[in-house]
Amino acid sequence: MGLLSLSIWTPIAFGIVLLALGRDDQAKTVRWVALIGALVSLLVTLPLYGQFNNQSAAMQFVENAPWIERFNINYHLGLDGISFWFVLLTAFINVIVVIAGWEVITSRVNQYMGAFLILSGLMIGVFCALDGMLFYVFFEATLIPMYLIIGIWGGPNKIYAAFKFFLYTLAGSLLLLVALIYLYTQSGGSFDLAVWYSLPLSSNVQTFIFFAFFAAFAVKVPMWPVHTWLPDVHVEAPTGGSAVLAAIMLKLGAYGFLRFSLPIAPDAAHEWAHFMIGLSLVAVVYVGLVAMVQQDMKKLVAYSSVAHMGFVTLGFFIFNDLGVSGGIVQMIAHGFVSGAMFLSIGVLYDRVHSRAIADYGGVVNTMPKFAAFALLFSMANCGLPGTAGFVGEWMVILGAVKFNFWIGFTAASALIFGAAYTLWMFKRVYLGAIGNDHVRDLTDINAREFLMMALLAAAVLYMGIYPKPFTDVMDASVAQLLKQIAVSKLPL
Amino acid sequence: MIDKISLIAVYPEIILFAMTCLIALFDLGVKTTLRGATYALTMMTLAVVAILEAMYASGGQTTYAFGNMVVSDSMGNWLKCFATVAVMVTLVYGRPYAGQRDMLRGGELFTLSLFALLGMFVMISGNNFLVIYMGLELLTLSSYALVALRRDHVVATEAAIKYFVLGALASGFLLYGMSMLYGATGSLDITSVFKAIATGHVTHQVLVFGVVFIVAGLAFKLGVVPFHMWIPDVYQGAPTAVTLMIGGAPKLAAFGMTMRLLVEGMLPLAIDWQQMLMVLAIGSLLLGNLAAVMQTNVKRMLAFSTISQMGFVLLGLIAGVVNGNTLSAANAYSSSMFYVITYVLTTLASFGVILLLSREGFESEEIADFAGLNQRSPLYAGIMAVSMFSLAGIPPLAGFYAKLAVLQALVASGNPAYLYLAVFAVMMSLIGAFYYLRVIKVMYFDAPITASNVVAGADVRVVLCLNGALIIVLGLLPAGLMALCAQAVLQMLGT
Repeated sequence: MGLLSLSIWTPIAFGIVLLALGRDDQAKTVRWVALIGALVSLLVTLPLYGQFNNQSAAMQFVENAPWIERFNINYHLGLDGISFWFVLLTAFINVIVVIAGWEVITSRVNQYMGAFLILSGLMIGVFCALDGMLFYVFFEATLIPMYLIIGIWGGPNKIYAAFKFFLYTLAGSLLLLVALIYLYTQSGGSFDLAVWYSLPLSSNVQTFIFFAFFAAFAVKVPMWPVHTWLPDVHVEAPTGGSAVLAAIMLKLGAYGFLRFSLPIAPDAAHEWAHFMIGLSLVAVVYVGLVAMVQQDMKKLVAYSSVAHMGFVTLGFFIFNDLGVSGGIVQMIAHGFVSGAMFLSIGVLYDRVHSRAIADYGGVVNTMPKFAAFALLFSMANCGLPGTAGFVGEWMVILGAVKFNFWIGFTAASALIFGAAYTLWMFKRVYLGAIGNDHVRDLTDINAREFLMMALLAAAVLYMGIYPKPFTDVMDASVAQLLKQIAVSKLPL
Repeated sequence: MIDKISLIAVYPEIILFAMTCLIALFDLGVKTTLRGATYALTMMTLAVVAILEAMYASGGQTTYAFGNMVVSDSMGNWLKCFATVAVMVTLVYGRPYAGQRDMLRGGELFTLSLFALLGMFVMISGNNFLVIYMGLELLTLSSYALVALRRDHVVATEAAIKYFVLGALASGFLLYGMSMLYGATGSLDITSVFKAIATGHVTHQVLVFGVVFIVAGLAFKLGVVPFHMWIPDVYQGAPTAVTLMIGGAPKLAAFGMTMRLLVEGMLPLAIDWQQMLMVLAIGSLLLGNLAAVMQTNVKRMLAFSTISQMGFVLLGLIAGVVNGNTLSAANAYSSSMFYVITYVLTTLASFGVILLLSREGFESEEIADFAGLNQRSPLYAGIMAVSMFSLAGIPPLAGFYAKLAVLQALVASGNPAYLYLAVFAVMMSLIGAFYYLRVIKVMYFDAPITASNVVAGADVRVVLCLNGALIIVLGLLPAGLMALCAQAVLQMLGT
């Protein structure tokens, strides 16, 4: 079994064991098995880092075995500089989520932990798949555990949120399915991505495929105006669900653009680039403004996620080195930062059972350690230099300025909004005099929460101060991708 | 003079028939409430028949027997094998249910089921219009009686009457269509009819007239719009064990019959019947899915879901012949076959859970009855969830590959209209996802109304777990069954 298969199936196997472990009277064993499972799953991904060759743009750790011969579908896995960090990020966030749910989840613990472990394996599968149908299977299968996570452990309006999440994203993916089947027939019976990359397609067909992909990936990212499911879902999802959703699941969409839309339909991508840039700028500016007026912390961070992901799609569709790399870096950074933001809200919610900003005030007085972490994550969310949030946004803005000054200018001005809503929230929640009795009774974070926060803080700082390992890995692959997109695929 | 080869070809049928008669007699001496001995004997018979059919099927030989009256080929034998297993599973799930409802006072549940299965066998392997018709009548007559098995139950009796009247009408349609074809081609033998049509010397109008009636008859049996009216009422009204007997294995037989009549008999007329099936498919997908959304009764919901699922099966059948070209026929028909098989598998699992939750004096029929099942029994809730996700076509479950295969057949036909049809079909399955998800929502997100544990006999538990596991396994490794369907259909088209 190859390293990638191991990375995918280890968490899934542990997840199945957890599901079989039974009921809540063994909650303690379940938690430890889950933690061990998550740690082992992280450990098996680490050798990837050691063995990955930065210089090569080719797929590495390739595994290829026939899966469904009748449709020529292969179990084809591989990793390149674009997907590399997401595998590690997913495994890392998975550990954090297990720690975050430790004492908080008391009912059906085995199902909760099992769902997250299985989900993590499936998401790693999405990033590794090099076969269109394999990708789709992993991509869609993630809906099942997430639907259950939101619906079982979610807030008061969880059922609405669970259905909205499932049906909204399924609607997009079904068009993706038709497009994949169409490509299969066009390419003479292959689901292999490499074959699709070199497949000439007429302008109309490319447009059709581009928008079918768009339907699936834009909903997942989510881009304005199909982002409306995200705030509803984030608000109702349990803390762990929100963290995974923001940190990894949104990246599946953005990753899809890089892996599918751009290289398979490059001419359509160029033709519709301004459309995509327009939507991204609306996300960055308008959704940033929307975030500012939110009363609910989770909603605010959800809107800020949409705005941050706007930077990612903006970076992809300006077709230069800085933009694409910046977009990927932003995805990784956002994975750490948004995960941390949602977990911070979770820490408060567990104590006060409210997400409303107005219910807090002066938290720093009673929870100084926690407030320090929260400050760091807020700063990272604003994109302060020295934190992870800065690197990606800065690269995208530089790339955008190179592409067109005014696009870069607009994107850069949005940083101000980002700083405004994040810092304003921080001020209202953490600073000032103690707001009410709930806040007065708060106890500071315990060792478990400290560990979780510290791990994320280390990641955020490391990536902010020394982003080179992150960018080094992706350089060759990004250059290769850009070269690929630059060549027209229109039939002569 | 009956030759030996003919006898070998129908060997399983002979065993089945002889054993059914024997079991009917034997049952007279059985006095226990759950009819354990009859049950055991029935299971043994079915197991032997299933193994025989599997052996015949993997042997891969095509034998015409009794002067071309019946054919034993790979496709038919696999369908018969799966139908036998489906009947076995149905009886395992249904026996405790039937016992609690005074339906096991006699052993009719078993003997009638066996006769129904024999009818399916004849339908699947008939190579002559009248033989197929006879098989169909044997199946449906047994089914009418099965539905009315609770004779003191008003709803079930009403369902039986409704089923009988509409079923008789459909049989009439079919027979009428067959007589037209007989008039036009001068033969009831499917191979001869095919040859006569292929010459092109037969009056086209008469043929099309005949095809219309045959398609209408088949549509009744498959339960597709606008001939679907009986499905919801019969599904809801019949005792649940019988609902499964009607909604499970016979779908395989109906598919087999459709293949024999339309493909083997009338492939040159594909351009005509494909158009008809297309209209039926669109109607079924639309009405089945939309109507299912409104249902609160789970049996009725599954009835409408069946209608929409059969619409998908038809989609596969219409993609076989493109511009008079039969190159993609094997691909298209085998995708439909795969679809039917996975559909039956999931239907068995979902009805198995419904039957399990029904207790003495309590029918677990409302969707609300599933509330909080996950807290009462995570295992059975999991099996039901797997079936629902599979019916909704979510990977990595068997139902997804069925939809993938059919959609692929549509897109591969290269007909732009079919591409839109594929988009339409996926949009409809999005609506479908809603009502399947609702069942899962009730099981997982709602609080239970009763805390009682779900008890199941060992046989039910084992079979249900295997059934659920198979849906997942077929989802992870669907290649084998797909290849099997492709192989079987390819062989059928070749002869």
